[in-house]
Amino acid sequence: MSGPVVLALDTSTVVAAGVARGREALASLTVADRMQHVEQLIPLIRQALAEAGLSLADIDRIVVGLGPGPFTGLRVGVATAAVLAAAASVEFRGVCTLDVLAAQHSAEHDGAGGEATGFVVATDARRKEVYWAQYDSAGTRLLGPRVGPPEDVPGLPTVGPAADLYPGRLHAVMGPRTLDPGVLAAIGWDLPDAGTEPLYLRRPDAAEPTRRKPVLLTRTERPPRPTRGDR
Amino acid sequence: MSGPLVLGIESSCDETGVGIVRGHELLANEVASSVEQHVRFGGVVPEVASRAHLEAMVPTLQRACATADIDLAEIDAVAVTAGPGLMGALVVGLAAAKAVAFALDKPLYGVNHLAGHVAVDLLEHGPLPEPCAALLVSGGHTSLLLVDDVTSQITELGSTVDDAAGEAYDKVARVLGLPYPGGPYIDKAATGNPKLVAFPRGLTARKDLVDHRFDFSFSGLKTAVARWVEARQRDGEDVPVADVAASFQEAVCDVLSAKAMDACRATGASILLIGGGVAANSRLRALLAERAGESAVTLRTPRPALCTDNGAMIAVLGAEIVSRGGRPSRMDIGADSSLPVSRILV
Ligand SMILES: [Zn+2]
Repeated sequence: MSGPVVLALDTSTVVAAGVARGREALASLTVADRMQHVEQLIPLIRQALAEAGLSLADIDRIVVGLGPGPFTGLRVGVATAAVLAAAASVEFRGVCTLDVLAAQHSAEHDGAGGEATGFVVATDARRKEVYWAQYDSAGTRLLGPRVGPPEDVPGLPTVGPAADLYPGRLHAVMGPRTLDPGVLAAIGWDLPDAGTEPLYLRRPDAAEPTRRKPVLLTRTERPPRPTRGDR
Repeated sequence: MSGPLVLGIESSCDETGVGIVRGHELLANEVASSVEQHVRFGGVVPEVASRAHLEAMVPTLQRACATADIDLAEIDAVAVTAGPGLMGALVVGLAAAKAVAFALDKPLYGVNHLAGHVAVDLLEHGPLPEPCAALLVSGGHTSLLLVDDVTSQITELGSTVDDAAGEAYDKVARVLGLPYPGGPYIDKAATGNPKLVAFPRGLTARKDLVDHRFDFSFSGLKTAVARWVEARQRDGEDVPVADVAASFQEAVCDVLSAKAMDACRATGASILLIGGGVAANSRLRALLAERAGESAVTLRTPRPALCTDNGAMIAVLGAEIVSRGGRPSRMDIGADSSLPVSRILV
């Protein structure tokens, strides 16, 4: 096999790194850590390259999952990809992470999607909500990505990390539950280009202070403190 | 001049800073600030700051290389703020720094932001006579430090027990109807009588000096200003903004300078270094100059652009650590939002 060598990163849930040459995945590594993205990512990339028998100098392209996902972790992957690409002078592109899971699902069903009606990919958005997108049977995204309560998700067969979180409300079916960074490396460049900014979908949590009224400043009026909520 | 060529990345609050130094020589200091995006909130919103860091990181890095007229591949080492600061903001800079170090196969140095505020004066006034005392005042910190060795030995003498001085400025500015960030606006408005209101000086009572000799408190002061203004308005009287601003500013700067001088006396430090955004405050500078003169203490104040958060301060701290043979950080280090100043290198 030949073709460009692609390094793939995704930190939208756990920490994932993959390497492919053309459409052949050479390495696919995941650390099931939802908190320590910035600690884990570079060592994992190093390990993925070693497993592929390559060095960073061999990389032609970098593709990164833009989420959606918890913001702090998500930004680690996107910042790493953007700066690696700039420092190593290689091409860089972001894709919707849900598209990768959809591609995995379609591939498992011989590219026919297996679900005549199409399907949904859902990941955990916390706060009793999910990030989701709807795909046709061939794995082409029709709707989303969006964030909302599971009740708002179309009643279609559902795969992805959040598929089993809301039994009765999401129609979980057999299919991928975790992103395969090897697949992201192998087919990432063929997925729709989603730009280079994370797919936040939510606005920052911040309340504007009530206008003027020079009154006693109470504790509740303090600007928001850093929270762990979005980690 | 010579020395290692070091890239420094800073992202602990709302400024994305990338600096490049060669030893003690400043080659570039590019800063992208998200301050405008925080104005309507009256304070830094962590998630807004974090998003802005990511957007600004690559362009700021490229601008720094262009300003320094170097190719990124020429650098000898990468230094980055590992803490303290806002977690979501810190990890963007840390991820970026690791990516540069990994891509170019250069050593990484995760360093302490507060130590960077001290080290930045190396760019301005050369080697630091050690030990020296340092007063760091900004929207994020209010600390009195004893610096025995900027690369390895810094002791916190005291810090704020509640709000940072800069935060008090922001809140009082709001009470007085002045814009955010409050520091420069209050400084400009403080043309009135600083003795009109005797606002409280936090932690200066005899009993407080036992346990909190070098600590600060600005929460009571902020509340006192708000109460005073409120009472005035309830009585249907105009608020004399110039006098209130001057009286508030006097209370802040009086405590800061008195405790800083006391720290110099107690430690025998003959040099007081000032850093942080509030170091640009005109009254603080004047009071410190006056009291330093009385105490035979020499003041060292970097220019304002180096006092506020920036990448050059991280770069020069990194360069100093490299020059003194400090060991590089591991690639699996994390950010620490409450990194103590005693941990200069992570
Ligand atoms: Zn600072």
